[in-house]
Amino acid sequence: MSDLLAALVLVPLGAAVVTALLPARAAGRVGLVVALALGAGSVLLALEVGSSGVLEAALGDWSIPLGIGLRADGLSALMVLLTGVVGAFVSVYASGSAAARGGALFWPVWLVLWAGLNAVYLAADLFNTYVALELVGLGAVGLVALGGPAALAAALRYLFVAVLGSLAYLLGVGLVYAETATLDIATAGQRLEGGVVMVTALSLMTVGMALKTALFPLHAWLPPAHSGAPAAVSPLLSALVVKASFYVVVRLWFGLPGADGAMAVATLVGVLGAVGVVWAAVVALRQTHLKRMVAYSTVAQVGYLFLLLPLAVPGLAAPAGAAEADAARLAWSGVAALVVAHGLAKSAMFMSAGTLARAHGSDRLDDLHGAVTRMPAVAMTFALSGVCLAGLPPTLAFVGKWQLVQAALAAGQWWWVPVLLVGGLLTFAYTAAGLRAMFDEPQRADELVELRPVARRMVVAPLVLAVLAVALGLRSVELLALVEVGSVLGSLP
Amino acid sequence: MTDGDVFLLLGVGLAVLGTVRLVLTGDHLRRVVALNVAGSGVLMVLVAVAYRSNPEEPDSVLHALVLTGIVITVSVTGLALAMVRRVERDEQDRQASHE
Repeated sequence: MSDLLAALVLVPLGAAVVTALLPARAAGRVGLVVALALGAGSVLLALEVGSSGVLEAALGDWSIPLGIGLRADGLSALMVLLTGVVGAFVSVYASGSAAARGGALFWPVWLVLWAGLNAVYLAADLFNTYVALELVGLGAVGLVALGGPAALAAALRYLFVAVLGSLAYLLGVGLVYAETATLDIATAGQRLEGGVVMVTALSLMTVGMALKTALFPLHAWLPPAHSGAPAAVSPLLSALVVKASFYVVVRLWFGLPGADGAMAVATLVGVLGAVGVVWAAVVALRQTHLKRMVAYSTVAQVGYLFLLLPLAVPGLAAPAGAAEADAARLAWSGVAALVVAHGLAKSAMFMSAGTLARAHGSDRLDDLHGAVTRMPAVAMTFALSGVCLAGLPPTLAFVGKWQLVQAALAAGQWWWVPVLLVGGLLTFAYTAAGLRAMFDEPQRADELVELRPVARRMVVAPLVLAVLAVALGLRSVELLALVEVGSVLGSLP
Repeated sequence: MTDGDVFLLLGVGLAVLGTVRLVLTGDHLRRVVALNVAGSGVLMVLVAVAYRSNPEEPDSVLHALVLTGIVITVSVTGLALAMVRRVERDEQDRQASHE
């Protein structure tokens, strides 16, 4: 099974080279087949980790720290699974139209990005995580640049942001190594005594990753990049790429023990997340273009994820009480549910927005009049994914938010509860604003823009993902049992 | 203060200077240079950390990391320069079509 770990990173990397060399048509076929195989491979990994526990592998039998170690625990498997499922569906969607891909380079660059994402989730040490993050950054920037001249400036800005974030992370890695002489997070966690260097390193790495995850107020680069990208690229960026840097934040905070200043940093991060939830949702309401609205929604949803830190850190500090440990456990599985829910719902929402924009020739809300009657399945996908994001029962996001509310109460931090509720209402509001434009019928029939035909798979793929985001709320137990595999929370009281 | 401390502080200083410049300037090319200055600063910190651990026989793991870091910085710079050229050409075209 250790071959599976290596394959999940090396197959997309090899396929990227192959698709870059093949002519466009053949590259498209190879890309789609590889994407479906990777989707299947990630399901296989999740089943394997779920049944037999943590998997490890060392590439070429070179031992760590000089070799490249791969490791999959429950959280890694869940993230690889999310990437595999969303990646496969978006690949099917992308095969429906050349315009949605943005150019012949889509397949190679997307496969490089996929390799990078899997490498981030499977990396066993701090430095390989850095290399994988750079791979993700370069892949994501390349995909944004496929959006044409208008998106190029946004892509360049994204590149600077991504590299700056990685440099802050690398500096933090240097500090951790200077203190502990190891790059393995678990070993570093045992050797670190806490103190100034550790809080500095943790803060540096968190700022770097927050920059890449678009935590308020470090988010200004995201809306132009995510909305300017081609239709098949936006869902990848919003659903998957921002999760990779958030995953690193989770690894760091759960792997390195609490120091004296850690709670202050965690609270600050939580407050910024909460402000982002409200502020970005209000800005989303005021947008005149659908894709831009969905992009601001991502900034808002990312805010929820960072509530994990203030809720979990008290439970991770050395003499944790039972209530704090409970709060940490609830926050952990709640955020895991939210990550998956957002991944599925946001990719569905961005794909449906892309299909609407393609058919109507524009994503301006005023141009989408009549979409509900003319493209009912796509409008329904948009509505369904909005409901999933807002967290209405029985969706998966509801399960996640419910657990976060419980965690806030268990931790005695009730002030996060109104944030969760108001954020959900605002999500409804901007989904409704988008839908209202689609419900509006123009006064005269000749004001309707003529619809361009779209491939059926560009309608079906997002619909299936949106339905999946609803249905998984009913089957969340197995999914959330997976993130407990090999988690540090198992050792808490 | 030992040699190692001096290099450590210099590295931190370079990283800070590069980052500040990157944030404050609007010019694309200056940003690429600033990013390289910041990157060199970070790598210098790593070299200094390796030296301080044992000046007679510096830590080779960190040196391997720095080499990898240099390779990554070079490829990022290449991509950034290619994109800067495209962006600036587009901007010139737009200006030309206005005139």
